[in-house]
Amino acid sequence: MNGVPEFVNTLLPFLPEWIRAVVFYGVVALVLFISVILTMAFLTLAERRVIGSIQARIGPNRVGPGGLLQPFADVLKLMLKEIVIPSSSNKFLFIIAPLLAVIPALAAWAVVPLWPDGAVADINAGLLYLLALSSAGVYGVILAGWATNSKYAFLGAMRAAAQMVAYEIAMGFALVGVVMAAGSLNLGDIIERQSGGYFSYFFWWMIPLFVVYFISGVAETNRAPFDVVEGESEIVAGFHVEYSGMAFAVFFVAEYVNMILISALTSIFFFGGWLSPFEGYPLPGFLTAPGFHWLFLKLSFFLFCYLWFRATFPRYRYDQIMRLGWKVFIPVTLVWLAVLGAFFAYDIGPWSK
Amino acid sequence: MSITEILFYAFSGVLLVSAVGVITARNPVHAALFLVFSFFNSAVLWMLLEAEFLAIVLVLVYVGAVMVLFLFVVMMLDINVAQVKEGFTRYAPLGILIALIVVAEIGSVVWVKSLGQEVTPVTAIAAEPGYSNTGALGELLYTKYLYPFELAAVILLLAIVAAIVLTMRKRAGLKQQDIGAQVSVRAQDRVRIVKMPPVIEAGEKQS
Repeated sequence: MNGVPEFVNTLLPFLPEWIRAVVFYGVVALVLFISVILTMAFLTLAERRVIGSIQARIGPNRVGPGGLLQPFADVLKLMLKEIVIPSSSNKFLFIIAPLLAVIPALAAWAVVPLWPDGAVADINAGLLYLLALSSAGVYGVILAGWATNSKYAFLGAMRAAAQMVAYEIAMGFALVGVVMAAGSLNLGDIIERQSGGYFSYFFWWMIPLFVVYFISGVAETNRAPFDVVEGESEIVAGFHVEYSGMAFAVFFVAEYVNMILISALTSIFFFGGWLSPFEGYPLPGFLTAPGFHWLFLKLSFFLFCYLWFRATFPRYRYDQIMRLGWKVFIPVTLVWLAVLGAFFAYDIGPWSK
Repeated sequence: MSITEILFYAFSGVLLVSAVGVITARNPVHAALFLVFSFFNSAVLWMLLEAEFLAIVLVLVYVGAVMVLFLFVVMMLDINVAQVKEGFTRYAPLGILIALIVVAEIGSVVWVKSLGQEVTPVTAIAAEPGYSNTGALGELLYTKYLYPFELAAVILLLAIVAAIVLTMRKRAGLKQQDIGAQVSVRAQDRVRIVKMPPVIEAGEKQS
């Protein structure tokens, strides 16, 4: 039970040590949870405003100043709606499926370092933990599709399962390159290996891996142009066709939290996370010091890319998605891992020191 | 009782209940979900032993990939439970024998421990500061056990190739896409633009 700050011990001296740790980490997790949910809520607003302006519309601007309170209006509407449970569905699994989708998405944030030493759980195998949780997230979708007992939902679930399993492999392979360069599975160590200004980021040495990772991330979160899981023109709404009210909203929370997570991880693995890009330059202190604001800026850029993709590209056809995942991305990552191996053997690159 | 012991007994209890659920559930999908649940619980038990790499990889490989595909198949098949249980009495003696062997194995480990022998001296190493289970495992795999490890990898690759070859059938008259041909297609291959001189019939007035 290490890692509990001293002020907790002075504040709650009457409790046993392990209860103090549980209380402290519970509060920390709650704060993190609320911030992630708030970010997610404003992301939905940002999405509608950004896509609106890409399409030369205004987007929601009526609720609150500039539409800022729109997410809360949406949540209120969804909470007041009835949750309809289909009579022929498997009720227990039908209700638990949205939770199985959202819990891994939120739990993954435990190991993400938001600022120097700013991870809730600074564990050694952080990257493996993230991979394990993101692969567990597929259960929510599959069970929702199966428990609904509807052909449309089931087809959506089958598509989701095949797509997520396929792109997980490409994602994992892309991260092998990052692990090779960093020599650690700890996210904080991975960031620290990239210190020394914007030219030290892993991105420059593994551009193909970055492209594969980010596109696989888009496919993994079932976002456009890879959103065949909920292809409206084919299977209505896919796995969540029978969900209403908050049960439906929870699936969307999971999707948006996963988007934020993938953006954060892309900036951590390839763009130095909370490191300042101007490290070592003769600039004012706040520009060269590492901090949360750098991670936030990098993460926001990738989130913007998500919205940009959605407004730009038409939906992929299902067999083309599978081809891209298995026959294009996996060979690309394998070739680039061999190239990285050659870099290592001949001591080329920032890791040679 | 320390907090670790309480956690151990809680998770092993849930593990046993879900393991029983795997073989008693009537619905095969429920059985598969019970199996997923027991994988999670055994991962927690490994975590308590500070074998974090094994614990996370168990979730990553079995829960994240194997069981997803398993569920995929179980959901698509309409399994007739009565038909599956047909040979139960015939195979029961063999099953009981295997169960007895497993119980005997567990019993022998407990017996060795009761004699004061250390079966898994893992805690002594794990107590060192800066110990990384993943690093230690990787170092052993790539130095001491390199050849068995590589051999296992090659066998797995062979199994993957074999599985693909077995399921790849070429049917007559099967239409397939040729992506290369599709991408390299030119406008001239698709549309032929012909120029035809206008035919003006006799007696028709040109306007």
